[in-house]
Amino acid sequence: MSKERIKIAPEFFDIMPPEYQDLVTKATYGNEQRGWKDIGTSKELIEEHSLCAGCPESMAFRYILASLPNPEDTVMVGSTGCTSLVFPHVAIHNIHSLFGNQNAVASGLKRALMVRFPGRVKDVVVLAGDGATVDIGLDMTMQAWFRQEKFTTICFDNELYANTGGQESGLMQKGFVAKMAPVGKGFEKVRLPEIAREAGCHYIVNCTVSKPSLIEKVVKNAIYVARELGPTYLQLYTPCILEIGKNSMEGLQEMRDAEKPTERFAYKEYISEPAKQLLAEMAAKDKEKKAAAKQLASQGA
Amino acid sequence: METKSVIGTQNKKGQVYTDARVMMNEAPRTDAFFTGSEVIKEAVRRASVDVMIAYPITPQSEAAALIGELFAEGYIGDYFRGESEFAVMGQCAGAAFGGARVFTTTAGPGTMRAMENFPMWAGARLPIQVIVTCRGLNSPLSIQPDTLEISYLIQTGMLVWHAETAQDFYDWILKGYMVSEEPDVHLPLALCCDGFFVTHTKDTVMLTPTDMCLPPYDPYRSPVPCMDMECPPVRMMRDPFVMKSNYISYATHASWQQEVWAAVERSRKHTIAWLDGLIETENGDADILLVASGTAVSQGREAIRLLEEDGIRVGLVKIKTIRPWPGEEIREATKNAKHIIVPEFNVTGWLAREIKASIPDTDRLVAAPHVFGGMTMPPEIIVSEIKNALGIRTEVLAGRG
Repeated sequence: MSKERIKIAPEFFDIMPPEYQDLVTKATYGNEQRGWKDIGTSKELIEEHSLCAGCPESMAFRYILASLPNPEDTVMVGSTGCTSLVFPHVAIHNIHSLFGNQNAVASGLKRALMVRFPGRVKDVVVLAGDGATVDIGLDMTMQAWFRQEKFTTICFDNELYANTGGQESGLMQKGFVAKMAPVGKGFEKVRLPEIAREAGCHYIVNCTVSKPSLIEKVVKNAIYVARELGPTYLQLYTPCILEIGKNSMEGLQEMRDAEKPTERFAYKEYISEPAKQLLAEMAAKDKEKKAAAKQLASQGA
Repeated sequence: METKSVIGTQNKKGQVYTDARVMMNEAPRTDAFFTGSEVIKEAVRRASVDVMIAYPITPQSEAAALIGELFAEGYIGDYFRGESEFAVMGQCAGAAFGGARVFTTTAGPGTMRAMENFPMWAGARLPIQVIVTCRGLNSPLSIQPDTLEISYLIQTGMLVWHAETAQDFYDWILKGYMVSEEPDVHLPLALCCDGFFVTHTKDTVMLTPTDMCLPPYDPYRSPVPCMDMECPPVRMMRDPFVMKSNYISYATHASWQQEVWAAVERSRKHTIAWLDGLIETENGDADILLVASGTAVSQGREAIRLLEEDGIRVGLVKIKTIRPWPGEEIREATKNAKHIIVPEFNVTGWLAREIKASIPDTDRLVAAPHVFGGMTMPPEIIVSEIKNALGIRTEVLAGRG
């Protein structure tokens, strides 16, 4: 795939908005190697955002959108929350319908796209907060996994309801005092990555978004595995600095603290056997391609 | 640019995509003796449906399962059982956002569980068709016929039609897609019928040929973008309106709601053409008029026959669509009536309220009989209400004393 579909008719090029011209001339569409390093060098799929200054979620958004392997054929599904303030700025089709039904919507969407475009890859990626994924939407999150729906679910885990003002959520830590948990949350953080494994996800990663290269890798893996095998799940710590009393510049440190080996966002992954095989095959092919390119380059020189 | 029509070509089952007007109005029909559920299946067989999502709830379970058989036979693109009506309606939304022609069925408590989705469907301009086989909502649990759920559906911005017979059902499922997919409408349709009375009874239905089907849905005739990345956006919006507290945001939301309801209004002209009017009248010049929708119309016909034997002439107004609401048609049809009897299968009498809001001299209207919770509506109780309105003494009917 390429920029073919976003190309502007030459007669209209000069009257199109400059940002559209920029998208067509500089976007990374069609480049399978696109990744986080392109941020700032080319037209990005996200521009302004209406999140708080320094919000780690805004970084996560940029890394994820820069890492989509096939943005020209990717549709994203969101849910109500801080993410729904950002999605309208995103330059790929995205759906917001209700709060918590994102995996149901994505199930119908993916199937419709498979019916309508047989033989073509159309990736579907769900991106929603922890309230949407784990509390109000848990049923639909898990049922999509049981059914082995072929899309990726990404949860921005900020361990509370940020958009409504910091209420307790299922992914909040036990004991944390918050709105609606006035004497501290009474039960443990829900172990969704483990639930995801039991529910049939083929690729699961739990981590923070402190390292863009890591996010690129896990997003690409999750999408490739979902495309071929079935559901995949990423749980990314995107702390709500506002609600945990941090300053704008402290989000990164908060994530680094939370990913220490004994902490709740220490890197954890689960990869099913078929997914391991798939990723190994893809890595081998990639290596082959790179070696061939290197050889070609050295011959040329 | 070369354009190519699919009309006249075949789908993978060998059915010929046929101009809907030819298929519905001109093609030869053959009779079949079917239950309402089987009729739903036969209509869907000819509807070029891409995705159907099912969930069991009485009395629509049979129809939903029969459509699964159609999928197994290869008539439908994809089909699966969702996990609840709320999820199913979200799945239907996802499929419709992705450009598919979508079909589903629900009933009673399922309709209520799914309710949050319906204004979302309308607001997102998704022309999904949901069959609603109405049944009781209230606790204690009842699975019996009751049309109360229609009164909730009519506030959602969806098109809401109320079928009387299996024949209505058959024709309206097919015609419904033609109306709701019009670019100036592009709204979901709740095609309602009275559970059991229509779904589980057999009736003779005139079917269109099996080898003809509707033209496929063209998602690029939609007034809003199809979410398939075939025409990628630069970005969706510069300044998202969601949760913004400013005048532009309010005005945008307000004007979009007005637009949804304007689209309901614009469906009028298409609906009148396809259904031959939003209402149907018989003996419209009678002093006494029975005005009803759904199977209350059928019971009304029987009551009219009984009254004829007593020398009392009663006319009939059958209401086919609740949204768009045929207010003007009803006002015109009832303008000379001295008595307007509105029998209903629900406890609140929502249809009578709608009619009262549309006609002058509402003291002419008798909002009765009402049966609910699964009770049947014997024609005799309609006769009794009419005689009551005329001041004729009637015997007390069994069970009503």
